[in-house]
Amino acid sequence: MTQPYRLERGGLVDRDTPLSFRFDGREYQGFRGDTLASALLANGVLRVADSLRLGRPRGVFSAGIEEPNAIVQIEEPFPEPMLTATTVELYGGLVARSLRGHGRLAGDPDPARYDSTHAHCDVLVIGAGPAGLAAAATAASSGARVILLDDQPRPGGSLLGTGEHLDWVDTVAAELAAAPETRVLTRTTAFGYYDDNHVIAVQRRTGHLGALAPAHLSREGVWRIRARQVVLATGAHERSLAFADNDRPGVMLAGAARTYVNRYGVLPGRRAVVLTTNDSAYAAARDLAAAGVEIATIADLRPGVQNGEALPGWAVARVHGEERVSAVTLRSPDGAGREVDADLLLVSGGWNPVGALYSQAGGRLAYDPELGAFRPDGGCRQNLFVAGAAGGSYHLGVCLAEGAAMGGRAADAAGFTARGIVLPEAADPAGTPPAAVWTLPGGDPAVQFADLQRDVTVADLARATGTGMRSVEHVKRYTTAGTAHDQGRTGGTLTSGVVAELLGVEVGALGTTTFRPPYAPVSFAALAGRDRGMLFDPVRVTALHGRHESHGALFENVGQWKRPWYYPRDGEDMAGAVLRECRAAREGVAMMDASTLGKIDVQGPDAGDFLDRLYTNMISTLKPGAIRYGVMCRPDGMVFDDGTVIRLTDERFLVTTTTGNAAAVLDWMEEWLQTEWPELRVRCTSVTEHWATVALVGPRSRDVLAAVAPGLDVSRAGFGFMTWRDTEVAGLSARVCRISFSGELAYEINVSWWDALTLWEALLAAGAAHGITPYGTETMHVLRAEKGYPIIGQDTDGTVTPHDLGLGWAVSKKKADFIGKRSFTRTDTARPDRKQLVGLLPDDGGLLPEGAHLVTAAPQRVLGHVTSSYRSAALGRTFALALLRGGRDLIGQTVWATLDDGLVPVTVTGSVLYDPEGTRRDG
Amino acid sequence: MTADRNLRRSPLHGVRDRLATLSGAITVAEVPFLAQINLRITRRSEPRPGGSTSDGDVDVLWLGPDEFLVVGPPGSEQRLISAYSGPEASVVDVSAQRTALDLDGPGVRELLAFGCSIDLHPRVFAVGDCAQTVLAHTPVVLQRRMSGFRVLVRSSFAAHLAAWILDASPDLTAGH
Repeated sequence: MTQPYRLERGGLVDRDTPLSFRFDGREYQGFRGDTLASALLANGVLRVADSLRLGRPRGVFSAGIEEPNAIVQIEEPFPEPMLTATTVELYGGLVARSLRGHGRLAGDPDPARYDSTHAHCDVLVIGAGPAGLAAAATAASSGARVILLDDQPRPGGSLLGTGEHLDWVDTVAAELAAAPETRVLTRTTAFGYYDDNHVIAVQRRTGHLGALAPAHLSREGVWRIRARQVVLATGAHERSLAFADNDRPGVMLAGAARTYVNRYGVLPGRRAVVLTTNDSAYAAARDLAAAGVEIATIADLRPGVQNGEALPGWAVARVHGEERVSAVTLRSPDGAGREVDADLLLVSGGWNPVGALYSQAGGRLAYDPELGAFRPDGGCRQNLFVAGAAGGSYHLGVCLAEGAAMGGRAADAAGFTARGIVLPEAADPAGTPPAAVWTLPGGDPAVQFADLQRDVTVADLARATGTGMRSVEHVKRYTTAGTAHDQGRTGGTLTSGVVAELLGVEVGALGTTTFRPPYAPVSFAALAGRDRGMLFDPVRVTALHGRHESHGALFENVGQWKRPWYYPRDGEDMAGAVLRECRAAREGVAMMDASTLGKIDVQGPDAGDFLDRLYTNMISTLKPGAIRYGVMCRPDGMVFDDGTVIRLTDERFLVTTTTGNAAAVLDWMEEWLQTEWPELRVRCTSVTEHWATVALVGPRSRDVLAAVAPGLDVSRAGFGFMTWRDTEVAGLSARVCRISFSGELAYEINVSWWDALTLWEALLAAGAAHGITPYGTETMHVLRAEKGYPIIGQDTDGTVTPHDLGLGWAVSKKKADFIGKRSFTRTDTARPDRKQLVGLLPDDGGLLPEGAHLVTAAPQRVLGHVTSSYRSAALGRTFALALLRGGRDLIGQTVWATLDDGLVPVTVTGSVLYDPEGTRRDG
Repeated sequence: MTADRNLRRSPLHGVRDRLATLSGAITVAEVPFLAQINLRITRRSEPRPGGSTSDGDVDVLWLGPDEFLVVGPPGSEQRLISAYSGPEASVVDVSAQRTALDLDGPGVRELLAFGCSIDLHPRVFAVGDCAQTVLAHTPVVLQRRMSGFRVLVRSSFAAHLAAWILDASPDLTAGH
């Protein structure tokens, strides 16, 4: 297969590795080392995509990340939308098509692996061009830990495009690769610069291998780099000029054409006209001419330029050809026209230092009139140095020297001493200063493009300024200039320049728009990395999790915990299983894994005083051996958490918290101890996962406990309600608490996390004769709701006082102070029409949806909402708990629940629906 | 009734075999049933902040300005409690609160860097250094040892961490 525009020799492509690919349905061939763009150009395919808004034909415009035109959809090996052909490395089997606007995402999950990693270094160098290589090599010579990253497959930066000093590049790259504390990341784009020199980059690791990519390697990886010092050597991007039909395929940045010739061995055309504001285009013209491109003429917009090759002061008036440039009409300073045949129009409107990361880092970009561009101008709050073209230095020798100097300074700032390196000789000929030119006179403003990707023209910008806009930020949002995924790399400064001309102000006074991360598009897959599926968030399990699975439990998420929800038996639905589990707990014996409850050891001489201040009720009067239920409030008097407090010794307590609040309660305790009451001699230690806890519940629970704890007096008199014993259970050291969250005779047995299975199996065996039944959180919820025990966070929402819950008995009237006490003297907390916890009995026996609103009959006035709703085996009916305005005064009355299809009457009751006398507690 | 001691289970009992399949760049082994004591005490100068000390079979890890984790061999709980109890000291047995994973091999720092944001380079995090940090979104205590790292992870998070290690390892063990 021939590649008609490929040079016979030259370039950095591997001519021994031809690669077949398809574009827009046609088969082509390129070489390893090509981009999709260079391979298309080699095959004479210049027109790559049509423009987004106007549908005008567009061709390859640049040779890198700044590309505004050549947007493609990758179809195979895996669909990926909106990539730039200039950054897609060619691989065999690549199938792509041109794209106008949005592409398509794959319908199937991406099979590739993505990951992310953290890295740290003394000196991070961003950009491996001449300045960056010199900086990295100098910094590495100091022994500092250095990371050098660059978005290209190999180091070299602009030298890859000019073909200069590649031997030096190879030598330095080899030295850096061998340096023990230096890491070189190629195919890596820094896209975010955050505070404290936190730089985020994405590395494209295997995408360039196509279908040959090893499946176990991540396709892309995100690097989160923390650097003591950063050297920005991000180079510069060439920009265009606004003239009529400046978007035609064949109009190309001059530096890009030079890169295609030198780096890829590809001719972007046969006969070129050059239009420039600066000297760099002459080098491009020379290289193209040497490669066989006929340079028809050079129109230099600087009137006074002295160069035999050029037409000084000449401009482009018209571009002929729609699908491809066929001729260019030039106009002299005195208005004379000349039409020149050409298939290529090379443009250099000047160079913009790549300042996006500098701007993200908090630095100021200021307009430099001599440079004709915005460049870094200080004000940066980070440990940051700028070297080379990124700072506006365009001569190679200066770039190399600056790189070495900044690399050395960065190492020095990090506490290392650089030895210095050998730099190549680079002659920097004196030249003519560039001219800052934006719009060329004449032509139709509606086809003078400032932003190619967004199809924003000089006419559009004039419309914006015509409405009175004076800020580039407003113009940007009005016209969308600079908002495409090239982020105005070639068009942004040009847009500012055109707007300045329209307004008759200095471009420097106008400024640029703000740069924000990401600098370049990053796939969501890369950002997600391995944080997907089960690894998205930790799953916490108890010591009995595997046993619950073998019981066939279904699980409920409670915070990060997986808790058994219910244990269906063959053919049972949830309602059936829960009714069975409830009956076992009320009529026989049942058991539950309660290990997720938070447990905090609180000890010290002032522990009792401390807990008195935290809980609403009195704790310090508790005797060792006894247990008390307690409620905690926030300073606003609203319930924060509840649980039990066990007094172990005079100076030591064990408190339990709700599952979801374990960490929050410990933080709460530490906050008060550290910030408000440092004088209290108290220490708090989480022991949540030191203990495994099994709740043993039901009238037969005493029999089961007696069987497994032969040394324990389990009699009603010997082991009273709300007391605890340390004893042996199933041969294990255990702490048994006689507490109940169901109203039934019940125990909570605590053993080491390691011994949970031993305990569980022993209870199963000992309870088998009584039909012992494992139950889950749903049954727990039903049992406690039948007794009117609230669940903090389900029946409360941060606006509920203990009194609202009917827990006024747990609020001390004797204590001098406790958190929340003062709020209970507010009139608002004493209002009789506060929302109060009540029970509800649906008149029709239906199950109310939790969250359903409750209203009066007529006129409908909102009274509150359903907080919990269940089927009760013990009551033989459905019931609910609700927060109801003035609810306790409505007991016995009918209110209405709002359902999708109308109102349902419900009768208000007290919140305790089962065994209100408490006769079952002691068995 | 006597307990069947065979049913004592460390948090990673179920994944022990799969962790053992890792070799080469990464080795991972649970060190189960270590005795661990949380010690809260002021005015204790050793170990220094961010460090740990080893004395015989007992490590003391600095967790905070007045908080230390004492780690000893299985069964040494009572010995440690006696050794560290005293006036103004809070001593709590937390042996089963966390389990220990010893990670080693030439790829171990790279593995940890996938999920831990702190700098583990030996110049920064030397032998004996320890930190309370986050690994794979999981709170852990990380200790640099003579060979490799020890990760002390809460028992409820251990299975997640093991799954994360197994997921992260292929990239390393395949010699990347």
